[in-house]
Amino acid sequence: MDGSIKTTEIMKSGAEALLRALKDQGVDVIFGYPGGAVLPIYDAIFQQNAIRHILVRHEQAAVHAAEGYARSTGKVGVVLVTSGPGATNAVTGLVDALMDSIPIVCLTGQVPTHLIGNDAFQEADTTGITRQATKHNYLVKRSEDLSRVVHEAFHVAKTGRPGPVLIDLPKDILINPAPYAEPNGLPHRSYRPRTTPDARKVAQAVAMMKRAERPIVYSGGGVINAGPEASKLLMEFVRLTGFPCTSTLMGLGAYPASDPQFLGMLGMHGTYEANMVMHGCDVMLNMGARFDDRVTGRLNAFSPGAKKIHVDIDPSSHNKSVVVDVAIVGDATETLRALIAAWKADTQPQDREALAKWWQQIDVWRSKNSLRFTQNRDPGSIIKPQYAIERLYEATRAQAKDTYVTTEVGQHQMWAAQHFKFDKPNRWMTSGGLGTMGYGLPAAMGVQVAHPDALVIDIAGEASILMNIQEMGTLAQYRLPVKIFILNNQYMGMVRQWQELLHGNRYSESYSEALPDFVKLAESFHAVGLRAEKVEDLDRVIAEMLAVDRPVIADICVDQKENVFPMIPSGAAHNEMLLGPEHKAESGGYNGGSVTDEGLVLV
Amino acid sequence: MVEQNSGLRSATISVLVENESGVLARVIGLFSGRGYNIDSLTVAPVERDQSKSRMTIVTSGTEMVIEQIKAQLGRLVPVYRVQDLSKEGPHLARELALIKVVGTGDARQEALRLADAFRARVIDASTESFIFELTGATDKLDAFLDLMRPLGLAEVSRTGVAAIVRGKATIE
Repeated sequence: MDGSIKTTEIMKSGAEALLRALKDQGVDVIFGYPGGAVLPIYDAIFQQNAIRHILVRHEQAAVHAAEGYARSTGKVGVVLVTSGPGATNAVTGLVDALMDSIPIVCLTGQVPTHLIGNDAFQEADTTGITRQATKHNYLVKRSEDLSRVVHEAFHVAKTGRPGPVLIDLPKDILINPAPYAEPNGLPHRSYRPRTTPDARKVAQAVAMMKRAERPIVYSGGGVINAGPEASKLLMEFVRLTGFPCTSTLMGLGAYPASDPQFLGMLGMHGTYEANMVMHGCDVMLNMGARFDDRVTGRLNAFSPGAKKIHVDIDPSSHNKSVVVDVAIVGDATETLRALIAAWKADTQPQDREALAKWWQQIDVWRSKNSLRFTQNRDPGSIIKPQYAIERLYEATRAQAKDTYVTTEVGQHQMWAAQHFKFDKPNRWMTSGGLGTMGYGLPAAMGVQVAHPDALVIDIAGEASILMNIQEMGTLAQYRLPVKIFILNNQYMGMVRQWQELLHGNRYSESYSEALPDFVKLAESFHAVGLRAEKVEDLDRVIAEMLAVDRPVIADICVDQKENVFPMIPSGAAHNEMLLGPEHKAESGGYNGGSVTDEGLVLV
Repeated sequence: MVEQNSGLRSATISVLVENESGVLARVIGLFSGRGYNIDSLTVAPVERDQSKSRMTIVTSGTEMVIEQIKAQLGRLVPVYRVQDLSKEGPHLARELALIKVVGTGDARQEALRLADAFRARVIDASTESFIFELTGATDKLDAFLDLMRPLGLAEVSRTGVAAIVRGKATIE
């Protein structure tokens, strides 16, 4: 980094060398759970004060907490678990981080080197099991490799397309003395991700966009990963061009949702206007998204008339499912900066007239108000889940704290994405790629650890929340005032919705039988339990929840029959959306695509 | 949209990798996990200090899939360079086979004559068997094996393809 001669000193133990390396990497907190193989590390943690350890209740939660920490700060999240079951429990979290490109370093204990392969107690082939679950992984077999591997792991986790990196640490390596060397700043031997876009391709993209009559900017999680500067530049670019902008689930917050040029989220449960624009555009700029199947719908009907420009830091994202006309490998910040400069330098005038006509069309689509729902306000009425989120959003805007939202997975997640508006990046944490139920509570924990004074809300479903409910204990131990806002419809709602629409109303195993009393459950975990059963309870419960400086579970009883609309059924195109019942009544019947046999086999 | 299933092609890909434990598993896991074909794979260290290995992978798929395979290989951390030999100019591809043919009399004589025509070397012989060593392109080996089949072909061991670009250009 500064080219100075690196110092090497011998540390008393590998565990000490490890902690020194973490400290030199700027780590201030580790999420973990002890066990036999990592006892030397826990002993070293006990004897220092630089790094804080948060004791979770399950290793999967440690990874999700580190993901929440990472996504809300832009730093690398660090996990420490023991060998065998500690490592296997972490696997779901690792794949989650891999799918959503979240920088994580996961330290796993391992049996001593001489026992590896002997089926020793709590032995698992951790590097074998996690090879496809991580961006990269290491087994440290020699003490002299330890500090280099740790530094390298952080570099790999946070550069290029970020992701989880695992280091497997045999117990003898942790106990024996180990040399320590600071990061040497030399480039990696083989790993050299490209971040600077090709100027020729940038010019080509700009020429294409200048001629556009019906453009769209489709931004994704890559803009968030590139850091807050990328979000500012995205705003600048969209303003400069006058283009409409839509976002993936992972990209929400990169472009302010309250801005008139923002069309809302696109994809399976995106807005009508965003999807119609994607279908009808003539030039598309994909900035840091990956043409996920939830976004594209039926591939051969995806945006049929558009010239496509795709900016991604990962060359393997290009032409994976959608063939594009200009593929730019680059970091979102650098590429947006280059696009803005090239746009200003290009003398070709924009077709402002065509763009104005495009906006007129967009306004027609927008006027459909596809996220509309009807809430009966009469006392005693059942709460609509969308209304609950809308009221929650309004209440958070009325208070002074910076607000962060995590979710579990399912209907509540989609309603949160649709009705909670994010104006800043890094405020929205959700499991997009893997769709991991149980993500939200531990992720919120990680966010609250990183931002102790912020308001952190986990918007949850009653089924998902039970998948990592044990983390209530962690909230209590560290006095993390996370608010858990459960949209309780007593069903695995998204499963129920698909069973209703695709499987003839046969609600096989999707009813949440024998639910706990969430108010009592909260109290037993030293938290506050609240419940809203009728529409008149809602605002009071939200206000109480926000006023308490303790963890809260708010059990919001919502309409069991409500479905998430709009919906692009599997195997349908963007212009074949199903709209909600309000729209059905208006058009006098059925209003969009149906599920084909090919669609039925898709997930 | 480009039709995604048109035109399967075979590709010979050279991959220069860090010679570290697990690197072969990473490459194989990538192929199995993403459903790509491996028609042949060879690997051996190629640097004097054993620091790098070279893999030659013969695969097949649509143009889009082969481009994906190259991009996916390229993003593995221990990979230095991915070279599509089928695209980057003319190249040479060879494999070696050890072929055991068991028999006596005319069949044995015929096997020996054909081996000579194919420039296979006899590296082991008994009164009832030969082991031939044959080097060449995959189709030459296939042709020879087809001829040996009725003459008492008993066992084959093949190395898979090793390949390199013609001329002075190198992979690095």
